[in-house]
Amino acid sequence: MRAYERLQAARAKGRPGALACISSLFTDFYELHGDRLFGEDAAVVGGLARLGGRAVTVIGIEKGATTDEKLLRNFGSAHPEGYRKALRLMKQAEKFRRPVVTLVDTSGAYCGIGAEERGQGSAIAQNLMEMMRLSVPVIAIVLGEGGSGGALALAVADEVWLLENAVYSVISAEGAASILYKDASKAEKAAEDLKITAQDLLSLGVIDRIVSEQGGDFALCFAGLQAALAERLSALCALPPEALLAARYAKFRMLGRPER
Amino acid sequence: MMLKRSLFKRPKIALENGGEDFSSFLQECPGCGKEITQGELFENLHVCPHCGRHFRLSARQRLAILADEGSFIELDAELGESDPLSFPGYAEKLQNARRASGEGEAVLTGTAMVLGQKTALFLMEGGFMMGSMGSLVGEKLARLFEHATEERLPVVGFTISGGARMQEGILSLMQMAKVSGAVKLHSESGLLYLAVLTDPTTGGVTASFAMEGDITLAEPGALIAFAGPRVIEQTTHKKLPEGFQRAEFLLKNGFIDAICERKAQRETIAALLAYHEGAREGENDHASL
Ligand SMILES: [Zn+2]
Repeated sequence: MRAYERLQAARAKGRPGALACISSLFTDFYELHGDRLFGEDAAVVGGLARLGGRAVTVIGIEKGATTDEKLLRNFGSAHPEGYRKALRLMKQAEKFRRPVVTLVDTSGAYCGIGAEERGQGSAIAQNLMEMMRLSVPVIAIVLGEGGSGGALALAVADEVWLLENAVYSVISAEGAASILYKDASKAEKAAEDLKITAQDLLSLGVIDRIVSEQGGDFALCFAGLQAALAERLSALCALPPEALLAARYAKFRMLGRPER
Repeated sequence: MMLKRSLFKRPKIALENGGEDFSSFLQECPGCGKEITQGELFENLHVCPHCGRHFRLSARQRLAILADEGSFIELDAELGESDPLSFPGYAEKLQNARRASGEGEAVLTGTAMVLGQKTALFLMEGGFMMGSMGSLVGEKLARLFEHATEERLPVVGFTISGGARMQEGILSLMQMAKVSGAVKLHSESGLLYLAVLTDPTTGGVTASFAMEGDITLAEPGALIAFAGPRVIEQTTHKKLPEGFQRAEFLLKNGFIDAICERKAQRETIAALLAYHEGAREGENDHASL
């Protein structure tokens, strides 16, 4: 499939989002709300859950499946409170030595007046810094759209996985087309040029694993994902925190090294 | 401390333009509409003497204003070129940016003395593809913070950026994480990072190292945003409040420590560095990656 077709698949109606994924992968999900600073952002869902016998902290960006849910979730575009809630839950996970799983599906952080007033840039920046040194394992899974800084704010992780048709990009294909090619109709070309597919990202070293979508059978897809997650969390939880953190730093540090 | 006239280094680049003297050329200030001669503008550090509007500076002009003469030692001046996606037209754009700005990339890094105090320093170059964050910008910044951590130096950084370098796609985005990691290790070592945000600082730079300082200053009137005003207007279809996303707005909302006029920056930065002199001798027991 070409990049633009995958982008359509990643955005398709009916594709499972973070909540659907949580209920497939985990048991005993108990949602925790609020950033303790300003409010509750329903675009970000997070809480406690079990994966097999292991307690984990799970945090996802949820777009909403129905029209009502989409409005409630702001179409999966988080405000600063969403990122701050995520950081609060990650710090809590660190305190209780639980690994963290993040599920990313967002076209990007919200661009609005309130979001700017309350420090969208600052909220994302804090997450990037803190996640780099969070001393418990973090695995980030991009389920659909991984939109720019709003996705990265939950994806500074030991391992970053993408579902087969998910995409991860610095800017939307439409945005790139209108800015770089001065022609919004060239989104298809922009999607190709930006190298946003799972295979491209794996080649670039940006992601670590592609999760098969099993030809669209998401029950099967999530069963495979659950097994892989259980296995990798066990392996990462066995590492001393210093080794984990050194590897996480090195993973991002090598991205965009000079060519010679 | 009184500012001495000699501290105002005349930014040489503009004056040496073809050997001609432009000092009597008149320019209309977009802030107040009054006419200013080029000479007045240089004398006043590119700040309008009538309304105080701060005009944009190149990285080298800032360096001349900030650092003690002859103290700057540049790091990683030449890291080659980066076009990780072989993006159509990018190689040519890079060539043009290099020619236009006289810099190898959109940030200048090194060490310097500020009124006798040693610091690591980065100055973003707005004339190089709008100070956008390419892989080499990220690499230079990560190396600077790592160097400062090793040498137990504070970091003073001036930001100006349109955000991501779209032609580098996802690798541009990854620089935000890479640099934030290096900032965090520097921070864990007990060292000071002082960020000075200048007009405009937006996008991925705002959502990473611009907002990660221990102390964050901004120039008067600087636009500081995650999403720029045009994007916000298009998304919300609302009229933006007066002064939205300007430095004064961020100060009021609690996201910067202070606004610092250009003419006070050198002494202010030196004074802030002096409060943290002890940090340089502190034990380093975290950042041992
Ligand atoms: Zn003026």
